[in-house]
Amino acid sequence: MAAEVARPLVVIREVSKSYRRGSQQVPVLQNLSLSIAEGQFLALMGPSGSGKSTLLNLIAGLDQVDSGSIEVDGVDIGALSESELARWRALNVGFIFQFYNLIPVLTALENVELPLLLSGLTRRQRRERAELALSLVRLADRLDHYPGQLSGGQQQRVAIARALVTDPTLLVADEPTGDLDRVSAEEVLTLLDRLNTDLGKTIVMVTHDPRAGRRAHSIEYLDKGVLSDAPQDALA
Amino acid sequence: MLLRMLWRNAFRHKLRTSLTLVGITIAILAFGTLRTVIDAWYAGVEASSSTRLVTRNAVSLVFPMPLFYRERIRQVEGVIGVSHGNWFGGYYIEPKNFFANFAMSLPDYLALYPEFLIDPDQRITLLRDRKGAVVGKKLADRFGWKLGDTITLKGTIFPGDWPLTLRAIYRGRDPTVDETQLIFHWDYLNETMKRTLSRRADQIGFFVIGIQDAKQAAHVAAMIDQQFKNSNAETLTETEKAFQLSFVSMTEAILDAIRLVSIVVIVIILAVVANTMAMSVRERLWEYAVFKTLGFGGWRIAGIIFGESLVLTLVGGGLGIALTFPAAALFRRALGQFFPVFEVSPLTIQLSLAAAVAVGVLAALFPARQALRVRIADGLRRLG
Repeated sequence: MAAEVARPLVVIREVSKSYRRGSQQVPVLQNLSLSIAEGQFLALMGPSGSGKSTLLNLIAGLDQVDSGSIEVDGVDIGALSESELARWRALNVGFIFQFYNLIPVLTALENVELPLLLSGLTRRQRRERAELALSLVRLADRLDHYPGQLSGGQQQRVAIARALVTDPTLLVADEPTGDLDRVSAEEVLTLLDRLNTDLGKTIVMVTHDPRAGRRAHSIEYLDKGVLSDAPQDALA
Repeated sequence: MLLRMLWRNAFRHKLRTSLTLVGITIAILAFGTLRTVIDAWYAGVEASSSTRLVTRNAVSLVFPMPLFYRERIRQVEGVIGVSHGNWFGGYYIEPKNFFANFAMSLPDYLALYPEFLIDPDQRITLLRDRKGAVVGKKLADRFGWKLGDTITLKGTIFPGDWPLTLRAIYRGRDPTVDETQLIFHWDYLNETMKRTLSRRADQIGFFVIGIQDAKQAAHVAAMIDQQFKNSNAETLTETEKAFQLSFVSMTEAILDAIRLVSIVVIVIILAVVANTMAMSVRERLWEYAVFKTLGFGGWRIAGIIFGESLVLTLVGGGLGIALTFPAAALFRRALGQFFPVFEVSPLTIQLSLAAAVAVGVLAALFPARQALRVRIADGLRRLG
């Protein structure tokens, strides 16, 4: 019996992107094409300035391509207006950042509840969902703690709960272990792995960390804005 | 949750917020107090009745009119009562104890001023005593006068000592009624003049005229002035409000200056709050980038910034408005002789509140624009 082939969730076709630095136009991505299957846990690796975070931002609808197209779950996100894109992000993408990016004046529960304010759920439903998401990341006992009262690993787990709470199609993580000690980084990677295997979430993760890269199911290596083969020492 | 966040954001930098709040509070307090000073200036105008006219010499208030005008005025159609009298201009013991004092035909005068509330027994005693006087409650309190006390006024326009007996104390029916006046019988003044300075006897400074219908005021005034056309003392009749306004207009430049200062105070605090908001937003651009990332649209993010600015200005404005009342009480105690009516009006409270809201909205305009324009990637990069 032939193995079931997962349908592509993200299709990137000949995408180019450049930034203006002073009077100069600096190319970051050049004619890049890539397909990410549903349920995949993909690591994007490469040296600094290779275009990893730019590609991640484009996939997540945080930025617009100069040319080419990106389809996520059948939606050409380049064709969406700014407000449509904001709504699309709210419904379809969960974000995990290197520096957690939690709102300091909100408790863990409130931070997780934040994306649900756009969902039309009742206050009670929002609270229940946020509590469930926090229990998934094993922080049910830290609901009323402010980010400043949590360790780095705990803050990143709150950020993961916030990314999960809307049940998005796609999770994007930009250096999720970059600001963590080894133990916390392991916890976060294990958590991401569980989200992928147990809940079937498609994850695209940018990382410099070979250990993190090894936890992903596949790796794409970027260098100077194009996909290339990873050098021998990249995952060492 | 968003409201809680606005509140917590507003008080995130306690020192900065406290200093800004102190500034807003003082600005709104100053604005409210200056507005109340302007209102106090217009208190006489506010207290005037639309069914009362005032007739004076057309040349100037300092020139008198003969007493016989009274009967001619009384006969004009639409007139229901006339009181005549003079500005006395005396002081009590020493010149610094100055207050408004008039000699009036008291029975007619009190009939025309129902807003002066007097105990009926006191009224009877007052009208029976030729040397009797009535004073406002605030004036009686100021000098500790009691019924039966002798009050000796020193005349400036009418020289000499004028011993009067306090027979009645009036209260104002409304807060706008001036309770710092002294009024005594014009007959006492006139009889004394007849004895001592006969050429000044039977001379009237102004008539207060009651009319049937306020809508007829212009017509009745014209009819009165017509009576004395081409006489030695032509008259100028106007509504009591216009008469009072003519005094206020003499000091219009001062009022304009006060108005200008009250606006400048608000403009200065606008700059202070705008600076506070600009600093807060600049520090938190990454947070707005996070909000955008999570799908929050421009209106919601602008709402968060405007909301925080309004929290600041409404808290400061509320404190300022609350403090305006004790400040007005202090002002009244210290300067009551110059401002007999010094009440914080509902309009002043509304204007203070409107100023606080306007400052809150305007101060957030530029920072909100800055937050909305920042690209997500740039905003997040500021964090790293």
